[in-house]
Order: sequence, then C-alpha cells, then structure tokens
Amino acid sequence: MLKIENLQAKVADKPILKGLSLEINPGEIHAIMGPNGAGKSTLGYTLGGRPGYKVTGGSATFNGADLLELEPHERAAAGLFLGFQYPVEIPGVSFVQFLREAANAQRKGRGEEPYSGGEFLKLAKEKAGLLKMDMDMLKRPVNVGFSGGEKKRAEMVQMGVLDPKLAILDETDSGLDIDALRICGEGINSIMRHKDKAVLLITHYQRLLDYVKPDYVHILSAGRIVKSGGPELALRLEDEGYEAVVHETAA
Amino acid sequence: MSDTLTLPTRRDEDYRYSDLAALETLWPIAPEEIHVAAGSEASLQVVLDGEAPVARHLVITLEKGAKYDLRVLSAGPVYGRFALDVRLGEGADFTFGAAQLATGSENLEIVTKVVHAEENATSAQIVRTVLSEKAVGTYLGCIGVERGADGTDAEQSVRAMLLDRTATANAKPELEIFADDVKAAHGCAVGELDAEGLFYLMSRGLPPADAKRLMLQAFIAEAFSGAPESDELNAAAQARLEAILG
Repeated sequence: MLKIENLQAKVADKPILKGLSLEINPGEIHAIMGPNGAGKSTLGYTLGGRPGYKVTGGSATFNGADLLELEPHERAAAGLFLGFQYPVEIPGVSFVQFLREAANAQRKGRGEEPYSGGEFLKLAKEKAGLLKMDMDMLKRPVNVGFSGGEKKRAEMVQMGVLDPKLAILDETDSGLDIDALRICGEGINSIMRHKDKAVLLITHYQRLLDYVKPDYVHILSAGRIVKSGGPELALRLEDEGYEAVVHETAA
Repeated sequence: MSDTLTLPTRRDEDYRYSDLAALETLWPIAPEEIHVAAGSEASLQVVLDGEAPVARHLVITLEKGAKYDLRVLSAGPVYGRFALDVRLGEGADFTFGAAQLATGSENLEIVTKVVHAEENATSAQIVRTVLSEKAVGTYLGCIGVERGADGTDAEQSVRAMLLDRTATANAKPELEIFADDVKAAHGCAVGELDAEGLFYLMSRGLPPADAKRLMLQAFIAEAFSGAPESDELNAAAQARLEAILG
C-alpha cells in the first residue's frame, strides 16, 4: 500500500530524514518509535505534504501513485489521513461544516456522489458516538476551546468520517488521560483494523500499543529506521530505553 | 463645510488613498441624512455589489438613548467609497460592521467619524477587509469624544487579510478624546491567512481555494455577527469570495 524508499527530507535547510525505507501492506499496523528529534513528526508531515518539508531524495509510492507529487488535498482524496500531534484551532469555522465539505471534496475527487446533509449528520453522529464525543461539541469552531484529549478524539472522529485507506497518526496518545487513551485506541481499532486498511502509529510510548496492537515496530533514530521487529520490540524499548536498544544495533 | 463642491486632492487626509479619477465622476457626493429619534431603534444594511464606481456618505444623528445598527458589504465596485459621520447623543448606541472584498485593481475605502457628543454613549466598529492581486483597501476611522462625554465606551476593531503580497491595505484608526472617563479600545492588524490552519484543512481533503474560502468566510462573518440580516450578508460575501478565489 505504502512503499517508502530511501526517503530524504529537509526542514528549513536542515536534513532530518536521511534515507528512510518502509513498506506497509494492507491489513497491517505499524508503529514507529524513537527518541525526540529522530524525525518521527517530520516523516508524518513529509508524507502529508506540509509546505516547508522538502524532499531531497528517495520515493514514496501510495497504491501505485507517486505520493510526493500530489498536493495535500489530493493525498487525502487518495486515501491518506494524517492525524496531527497538535490539531490546529480554526476560529469561526464550524467543525461539522468543515468536515462535511472535506468529506464531499474527497468524494468528488474520487468521482463519488456527495453526502446529503442528513447522510452526513448520521455518519458524524455515529463516529462521534464511537469516540464518546458530544455532537454539540462538533458544532463549535474547529478545535477551539477543546481540551487536549477532546482534540485527539475529534481527530479520530474526522478519521472515522473520512474513512481513509492509510492513517498516519502522529502521537495521537500524547496529552491523553487513561480513559481517553483507551477510547482513542478502541476508535483506531474500530475504524482502521480491516484487511484493506493500514495504520502507521508514531509514538514515544508503549501504552497506546496496549490498545492498538502493532504487527511491526520500527525504531527511528537520526532520520533512519535502525531496527524493526514485532510488538515485543516496543516492550523491550520500554524496559531498556532507546539508547540501549539503538546502540546495540549500531554495535 | 464650505468646500464640499471642490474635488479633493491627495492632500485631503480623508481622500489620501482614493481613486481620484473615479471619484471625479461621482463628485460631489450628496450626503444622506439619517436621524434616529430619542429612544428608538433602527438598522440598515448596504450592499455595494455592482462593478460601477460608487460613493456614499451617510450622516447619522442618534438622539438620547437611540440605537442604530449599520452593516456594509462592499464587494464588486472598481472604486467604492463609504463615508460615515455619526453623532451620538446621551446613552445612544451605534454598531457598525463592514466587510470589503476586492481583487484586480479595485480600490475600496471606508472612512468613518464617530463622535460621542454626550455622556454614556457606546459605539462599536468592526471592519474586515480581504484583498487579492493589486487591490487596495482602506479604513480611516476617527473616534471623537467631546468635552463632557464621560462614560463613553468606544470600540474599533480593524483587520485586513492580504491574499497576495501585491495587494495594499491602509488603516488609520484615530482617537480624539476631550473627556476624562472614557473607555476606548482599538485594534488594528494586517496579515495573511494562517498557513498552519490552511494545511490542516487541506490535509483533510479541501482544495486550496476551498480551504481559503472557509477561513475567509469566518473572518468576514465577524463583521456581520449579530446583524438582523447576517445570513444574507454572509451569502453575498461568500459569492464574491468564490469569484475572487477562482
């Protein structure tokens, strides 16, 4: 589904990704872990097409298409969802209006009929219920006045409505209390655990992986994947720390 | 004023940024008088949406305890001028919300003089301007508080959004205060759309023009918030925005 080969990217002229390769197949859940500054968020933003993240080498192919050639909205229409570590507040823009326009823009991009108002509200209500979010919150401006946990749950509601093929979730677990962590984890499973879909979880901690069990765990260090393994690798990291595990690889 | 029949020049502060050639075809501008009687309430909305140059000058007097709500959408004229002289009596309340949307080489301006002549009057002005290409948008706004007009509460919020670096926004908020007990708040900012917000909207599938339109709609809606006919004004603004963003 997603094939990244030798990807190199710069942010503000500073090389961050230095030859990253990764392949994700349908039905798989991958976790990328790594210390601060390893390039985890840069990977998410580069794949999402954020301005300022300049690809200097390598490739990323998404369902046969050159992902790096597409505009951010085209990547979304192709089935990519980027969950933000810090969801952006947009004063004055209603969450439901934005989400409906976004969903219909994607459908239009794929040659599908737009959702009617009624269809959309039913869908949004169902996904909000899944994430235990009050529909009244979604009538408010996008992320404005939401707590950290509410922002992350609202991201998952968006993911549920937009129904992507691949979700790249950047530290969805940061800023969550124990209950919200469980709710988000269950939301990810219910929305994305499917033989035709895949997830790339970017995280610092093992705790989200208790709820969303990965098939593969990768360690990112200094802009490259230095070690890959199964879910047990995340447990080892939690016990021994990044430094020990990363150094063992280098040795 | 004795010189109302003489065509202004660049030296006249109130016409400093005007399209003088277009102004000449409209000169002299006949003032339109509006009188709001003591204790009564009224509202007016003005939409300048034709292409032809247009200039309006409203002279509004609010008697004791009168309330007036004025909303203006200037979206279309190659040259559009909206001038306003308001005089507030004791305890009067004046609300002005305006949006100017311009593209190409259009020149839109709002020039206001709001005078608190007596005690305890309140006024609020909110002006939102969106400019693309080589458009010029101007707001010159003076709040005057006369001697003895204590208890005045005057607000001015002026923001302009440049969609292209080639557009020009002029803003001059002014305060002339001759009373002691006065609350006057003014804010003025010229900026560009928040890039982070735009990327967030686009990452969800909105094409760039739609993402911009959504953010600009919210920006403009601030000027029409609380207006009796806000839906109508917002719809007209949206239509113009869509044309500007292409």
